Amino acid sequence: MIAPASTEKLPDDQRIVITGIGLTSPNGNNLTEFRENLLNGKSGVTEYNIRYFGDTVAGICDFEATRHQSRRDARRGTRAGSVGIYCAREAIASAGIEWDNMPLDRVGVYVGVTEHGNVETESEIHEIKQFDYDVKTWSHHHNPRTVANNPAGEIALNMGITGPHYTIGAACAAGNAGIIQGLQMLRLGECDFAIAGGVSESIHTFGIFAGFASQGALAEHTDPSKASRPFDKNRNGIVVAEGGCLYTLERLSDAKARGANIVGEIVGYAINTDATDFVLPNPERQAQCMNMALKKAGINADDIDIVSTHATGTGMGDALECDAVRRVFGNCEKTYINNTKSFIGHTMGAAGALELAGNLAAFDDNIVHATINVDEIDPECKLDQLVLNQPRQLDGVDYILNNSFGMLGINSATVIKRM
Amino acid sequence: MAPAEIRNAIIDILGDIAPDEDLSDLKDEVSFRDQLELDSMDFLDIVMELRKRYRVQVPEEDYPNLDSMHSTVTYLTPKMVDCVAT
Repeated sequence: MIAPASTEKLPDDQRIVITGIGLTSPNGNNLTEFRENLLNGKSGVTEYNIRYFGDTVAGICDFEATRHQSRRDARRGTRAGSVGIYCAREAIASAGIEWDNMPLDRVGVYVGVTEHGNVETESEIHEIKQFDYDVKTWSHHHNPRTVANNPAGEIALNMGITGPHYTIGAACAAGNAGIIQGLQMLRLGECDFAIAGGVSESIHTFGIFAGFASQGALAEHTDPSKASRPFDKNRNGIVVAEGGCLYTLERLSDAKARGANIVGEIVGYAINTDATDFVLPNPERQAQCMNMALKKAGINADDIDIVSTHATGTGMGDALECDAVRRVFGNCEKTYINNTKSFIGHTMGAAGALELAGNLAAFDDNIVHATINVDEIDPECKLDQLVLNQPRQLDGVDYILNNSFGMLGINSATVIKRM
Repeated sequence: MAPAEIRNAIIDILGDIAPDEDLSDLKDEVSFRDQLELDSMDFLDIVMELRKRYRVQVPEEDYPNLDSMHSTVTYLTPKMVDCVAT
């Protein structure tokens, strides 16, 4: 099924809806808590220390891993696996699914990751260093922990899922990419129920901090809660964060049949590529990506009520995304724009899914949560519709467009409609 | 290390490998597998931890000696005579 002009013209078994949300973010371990903190301007960024790198700031999650996983399995697996299991189980609970009656061979698990395996590899190298690099002390757990499908595989193992599972490597566009993969597999009939989104364990690798620092793109601030400040003139980089968000996706026909609570319908999506630089974004391609998603949804830019930006707090990245957003939404006076990383930092592979979740609650409360920490707007980021520092009440929210971009020029956008 | 100290060392290792298990009533004559949820990767963890903590090498052909606490301590006693309890 390619590029429907509008999903309303599709049969219900080709329309894909969100029916459950499980998440952990640095400022909340479920949607209610997360949303409350977004509306109250509460940051989840704190002081952090990691070996070799030292003191920095990060977004750290404090979900209860053993709620859904034995301590033995948590030790055996990875942090990304634990994040994934928590989010998947919580998503199932929120979807009101009777898991015992679920045909588990028809469930697909599609988890977006920015990277995977760095945490384990760094830990093992640190460990064998204590033994003068004797590789006989290299763990037999290394390979099952570092295979790229690990987080999705741990979810499948934990939940007895025998349908397809894999991760989608898509840099920081991975959260959206996981959702899009789930949607596509449902439309193709490859599964009947999808668990899809993204996870990140990135704060447990020193390399991501050191890499961004070397790039001049790691945020610093004496007050950790003010370190993540997209669009602010004095922003100085990314706050690395961990987190996860997985959705239960179903065909509209199935969701209706079981009387599911439908959070929203994924009516549009797009992924494209800059093909211009390893790290610098290309606003022309980003704008093209947003327009492709709108076209697939069969709507115009001014139908969108909220644009959830990807902006990470880097000098160039934020300005270029604002350029792209201006090209698409510059004349849309009633389209409001926000940023969730200002509260939680950059949750990498989880970012697209998690930032969307923070906004989906607007379908219920009609509030656009703000972008916090903007003391002085960067003129290059000035957009009249940016919701700065205080949330904004709207009359209604029908459509949300969620941006998520990543290195190597991967762009993604999803459009969700209120049902 | 004396046999009792070796037993304590194994209990410490098992406590880390199988943190959900109650080891207080472990029966020394009964196979680990019959009383604990341990798989082959867990047994490799025992071998690895003996290597890391006490520099004791357990060759693969000797793995059957790690069947129960009794057989493990019996096997390790001559190998760990010069080891110091941690």
